[in-house]
Amino acid sequence: MQQSNTYIIVFSAILTIVLGLLLSGTSQVLGPLQQEAIALDKKKQILGAVIDPSEIDNMTPQQINEFYATRISATVVDINGKEISGVEAEKVEIAKDYKKPADKRQYPVFMFHAEGNPEAVESYIFPLYGAGLWDAIWGYMALETDMNTIAGITLAHAGETPGLGARITEGSLQARYVGKKIFDESGELVAVQMQKGEGKDYSSDAHKVDGMSGATITATGVNNMLKAYLGHYQAYIKNKTSNQAVAGL
Amino acid sequence: MSTETVEKAIEKKPAEPLFSKRRKKLVTDPLVDDNPVTIQVLGICSALAVTTQMKPTLVMAISVIFVIAMSNFVISLMRNTIPSRVRIIVQLAVVATLVTLVSEVLKAFAYDMYKELSVFIGLIITNCIVMGRLEAFALGNKPYDSVLDGLGSALGYSWIILTVAFFRELWGSGSVFGVPVFDYVSSIFGPDFKLATNGLMVSPVGAFIILGLIIWVQRTKTGYVEH
Repeated sequence: MQQSNTYIIVFSAILTIVLGLLLSGTSQVLGPLQQEAIALDKKKQILGAVIDPSEIDNMTPQQINEFYATRISATVVDINGKEISGVEAEKVEIAKDYKKPADKRQYPVFMFHAEGNPEAVESYIFPLYGAGLWDAIWGYMALETDMNTIAGITLAHAGETPGLGARITEGSLQARYVGKKIFDESGELVAVQMQKGEGKDYSSDAHKVDGMSGATITATGVNNMLKAYLGHYQAYIKNKTSNQAVAGL
Repeated sequence: MSTETVEKAIEKKPAEPLFSKRRKKLVTDPLVDDNPVTIQVLGICSALAVTTQMKPTLVMAISVIFVIAMSNFVISLMRNTIPSRVRIIVQLAVVATLVTLVSEVLKAFAYDMYKELSVFIGLIITNCIVMGRLEAFALGNKPYDSVLDGLGSALGYSWIILTVAFFRELWGSGSVFGVPVFDYVSSIFGPDFKLATNGLMVSPVGAFIILGLIIWVQRTKTGYVEH
């Protein structure tokens, strides 16, 4: 079958237009649903830092939205810990902000409230973002009200090696961070370091957690991410702790 | 008498039954005897990548079935109009559109699955089985036959990756479809009876081993030898 050039060009043009219309139509129809799914996923990740992820899996999307609305409140601060008004914390895109210099970014803080007592804050949740071995890694870390003890952490990744670096998403691995401290005795920010190698017991060390065998670069990425973002939030954290000291807490 | 026979000859040939022997063969052949993964050794990349757990593997299998059957159908419909000089690009455009559709639908309705599979859904485009069937079959056959042919190849691919995923999830994570089988077994026989999982099965190496074993068993049974 030998066709003329004109035929080929017209055929290609028609095909491109038809397929293009089909795709843009689909994305128009599904767009709102996808946005909802993304927002829900973000809520799940934030909640994952403070409650058991398997509990979240058992909830319907509506229950998650409701739970989030009643238990989480949020604020946005700058690098100096000052509140920025008029910005919705859920709308801050950490990944986009990451490209700006640290002092120009917006830093959302999510507060997890005690059940039945919306006044009392149980823990503060901070977003994290950084680089793993292959691609971006991110997560949320929850600090208890002493602003020092880690209440929980969720970690996620875009493309770490399955079975190795990708293990940062596992609950058993994230549980290693619970109860660790981010400040040392002199009040210096040291964060928590994941160690090289796996299988050692670090339960007596407040700033070290057991590593992931075969995924040292991902672990280093997590360490850098924690140190960096806790550093960005340090002013806010210090403000909170000094306020608490004044209030006699 | 003679006129009758002439009339009979002119009479239209009865349509081939919907599931004639030839058509059944189109579907069943690629399941075992001409399996795209174990005999033709195509589509290995995703067979290794997504098979750590049954659930994403099932979603992947369904996506591949949809893409292969639909692209075979569409290309077969257009087969007489496609300019042969740009046919590969046309095939690619159709396959890429279908894959994007699958990925968009997953993103809207099964976001967790989308996150887990995202890259590999996109990579269906490069799955050799898809383009292979388009080139080898859909370009020269009618739409219905092409759909059957696509279904056959896709099902052949699907049952292999599901089998691989079954063993990998069972031995690697001690569960099947997320149900912790190993934990149940230990709870029956008491705490001293512990089934250990094997980390090798979670890495792609595990898939190579399982796939190799399946190919070995199959070729021993069928006596297939590569020339």
